Amino acid sequence: MKQKLVVIGNGMAAGHMLEELFDRGNKDYDVTVFGKEPRVNYNRIMLSPVLSGEKKYEDIIIHDEEWYKTHNVNLRAGVNIAKIDKENKKVIDDDGNETSYDKLLIATGSYPFIIPVVGHKLPGVVSFRDLDDVDLMQKAADRGGKAIVIGGGLLGLEAAAGLHMQGMDVTVLHLMPTLMERQLDSAAAYLLEKEIERRGIKVITRANTEKIIGDDHVTGIRLDDGRELEADLVVMAVGIRPEVKLAAEAGLMVNRGILASDNLQTSDPNILTVGECVEHGDECYGLVAPLYEMGKVIAANLDGDMEAKYTGSVTSTKLKVTGIDLFSIGDFAEDEGREGIILRDAAGGIYKRLIIDDDKIVGAVLYGDTSDSAWFTQLLRDGTDISEMRETVIFGQSYQGGTPLDPMEAVAALPDEAEICGCNGVCKGKIISSIKEKGLTSVDDVRVHTKASASCGTCTNLVEQLLSLSLGDSFNPNAPKPMCPCTDLEHGDVRRLIVAKDLKSIPAVMQELEWKTSCGCAKCRPALNYYLLSTWPGEYVDDNQSRFVNERLHANIQKDGTYSVVPRMWGGITTPDELRAIADVADKYEIPTVKVTGGQRIDLLGVKKQDLKDVWSDLNNAGMISGHAYAKGLRTVKTCVGKDWCRFGTQDSTGLGIKLERLLWGSWTPAKVKLAVSGCPRNCAEATCKDVGIICVDSGYEIHYAGAAGLDIKGTEILCNVATEEEVMEYTTALIQMYREQGYYLERIYKWAKRVGYDHVKEVIVDDEQQRKAYSERFYHAQKFLQIDPWKEFVDGKDAHEFTPIKPTPLVAAE
Amino acid sequence: MTDQSNWVELCKFADIPQRGCRVVETPEVKIAIFRTHKDEIYAIEDKCPHLGGYLSEGIVHGSQVTCPLHNLVINLVSGDAVGPEPGCVKRFAVKQEDEKVYLDLVPMKKEAA
Repeated sequence: MKQKLVVIGNGMAAGHMLEELFDRGNKDYDVTVFGKEPRVNYNRIMLSPVLSGEKKYEDIIIHDEEWYKTHNVNLRAGVNIAKIDKENKKVIDDDGNETSYDKLLIATGSYPFIIPVVGHKLPGVVSFRDLDDVDLMQKAADRGGKAIVIGGGLLGLEAAAGLHMQGMDVTVLHLMPTLMERQLDSAAAYLLEKEIERRGIKVITRANTEKIIGDDHVTGIRLDDGRELEADLVVMAVGIRPEVKLAAEAGLMVNRGILASDNLQTSDPNILTVGECVEHGDECYGLVAPLYEMGKVIAANLDGDMEAKYTGSVTSTKLKVTGIDLFSIGDFAEDEGREGIILRDAAGGIYKRLIIDDDKIVGAVLYGDTSDSAWFTQLLRDGTDISEMRETVIFGQSYQGGTPLDPMEAVAALPDEAEICGCNGVCKGKIISSIKEKGLTSVDDVRVHTKASASCGTCTNLVEQLLSLSLGDSFNPNAPKPMCPCTDLEHGDVRRLIVAKDLKSIPAVMQELEWKTSCGCAKCRPALNYYLLSTWPGEYVDDNQSRFVNERLHANIQKDGTYSVVPRMWGGITTPDELRAIADVADKYEIPTVKVTGGQRIDLLGVKKQDLKDVWSDLNNAGMISGHAYAKGLRTVKTCVGKDWCRFGTQDSTGLGIKLERLLWGSWTPAKVKLAVSGCPRNCAEATCKDVGIICVDSGYEIHYAGAAGLDIKGTEILCNVATEEEVMEYTTALIQMYREQGYYLERIYKWAKRVGYDHVKEVIVDDEQQRKAYSERFYHAQKFLQIDPWKEFVDGKDAHEFTPIKPTPLVAAE
Repeated sequence: MTDQSNWVELCKFADIPQRGCRVVETPEVKIAIFRTHKDEIYAIEDKCPHLGGYLSEGIVHGSQVTCPLHNLVINLVSGDAVGPEPGCVKRFAVKQEDEKVYLDLVPMKKEAA
């Protein structure tokens, strides 16, 4: 005979407890859940992104109806329990229906505290607690106007940011002198207030609301200092109170919350409680992590493991407002014997403070850079003695000497809700569960199913570590990484076999190397086209249909389907005539945006496809050619003004830049290549973050390479010093040719150089004159076939069909 | 394709490049006409279900096209997105008679193969 488990409340706490119970495989209970809201269990902490419009209700559902069915849970959504009869072990709903139980779980959560000032019941005054509140707020936002949020805590600020994003004019009123005073010290609160005001949200601190003004709807607020503020909407977000009414009326022991033992039992052993309604060890919690920890204990207890105990939680806070990084954990009140370690970077908007008591971290506040939050949390929870690393602990985990913490452990320690992929908002729990449920075995699988690391890719390492954690030894990040699902071969294999087997066309490669698809995919075709083009210069005929649209049309596609056009400006030098021609083109073709790029060029944005040819023709006529701003090839050579003008200049950096660009333009490479030439070590052309950078010095030229300033930031490596411009040309062309012959498609120079080794590159290019000269000669040979202006080819009539839509001819007159 | 059809003549078959695309603009809709490496012809609305990218500018591989904006792959035969992502595009009937290509401007029903 199954026991009857009745749950009052269908929020996250109850839902998580049930999940834990079912995950244990327990089937001992007939479960009935009563939920006041007429809907399934959703993620309440994600209400802020719903309000701001960044997410929809469907996105934040935790358990859909299917889940309740699968686990035989009888969900009574929209049914309010009015009374608990603990003597007869039953609950009674609003309509008088009785449901008996063996075990009762009270998960009534909390209710928003409403300040009982005059006018608090006027229409237009809302709290921020559930989806109905969000609906009301969104409807008000649709009408526009002014909103006042009372309360500058976590919830209030999230509400303010959401309403602001929805277009309302928002003011936050906060009673205390600083925002979020329970989680932040005054310095972090100051930074936060500045950032919030910078976004256009007004903040008034020390604001005590005297009354809410309005006749049949709220129209404003009066503060006790006499100030009056207009408002069409007032959001009360001043805090929550544990919902204990049912429990108290049933005669259970109640203080602020429902008193619970370490087994989360109330004063009646058949009644358990979980969530924000609980008071345990003098603490009531209003954050999600403790609810989860409690749920785990209850599930274990219900499953017969009475050893599991709840011992309290250390809570941490993250503000969920897009673009603000804020984290706090533990206790940071000033106290005798406590010491603080503070790091401030005012310009960078970074503030970090650790509170140390007896050589242990007891609190942390991070603003602007929260990357070490997981590590500090771990040190705090473990009570780690930090005296050994005291001098550097504030700089974070990666600065610690000796053996750094195993990154795997750091990832393992992250909570399930930790965000792994910032671009697509994917958290750790989602990735782990997808790996398990869908049997994912590779980073690519994870990308396809969760989108994690599918955008910018900076979290790829974390995803690999999660795969490792979930799959153990069966996950091998060094396993061959096929270039795409069409083949099992890696990029390196394919490059090698193209040469070894003398393969000279895409069909030949696919045939000989046993491609699994008949004509490849959008990943392998562009790669193969590049490999063949770079391996067989002058022989292989470029396959336009295997090129990404930008390279096929020699312009950058924009999100609205228009294109951007960048004419080449050698070394960033232009003339009045060129500028006039560009201005004329912009006028003539009504090009909406003209922008100066980071590479010292002018970008014409918003060119319609049908105008491209005419735009190119006009630019050609003024002596300009394609700037290849779209190419996996040479992009730009950025320069400073050099010794012609600059009092510090040591060489003719502009002239050298122009020479390099005239030499290198038109060359296709595995990924884009950007150069810069600086006239002195002050480095105004920023050469030390480029693919190849030249720094002029008195004695000649310092050749740098393998820098990056995009997804990754990396200073260059020094290749060597040379004395003459001719040597710069020889070394640079040799280096780029080596990269062209060895690089994997889309692999930038810095990644290629790291893969083959900086020392190896030096051995070949610097130490071995013969090899250097051979590479350089091969570069010059290939350029003979590549330095053709693609714009002119189109203007002369190549691929004319690309630019003209078909005009359909009706067969019969339409009826 | 019963009484609802509305066929128009487009162009010569050879006007569409292999593994390429031509675009037909009508007042209501932009339609992309694809020719695969096996010389099959397909017509779909030129609008990616993800964020509206022009599928006509995508790389054509097999009987699929990859959107140039964010790499969603569309099956030209079914009009559905390939992989776990949901999404589908409107399909239009095309036929080839002699050397000419004809298009039915009335979109195909979802179920019709």
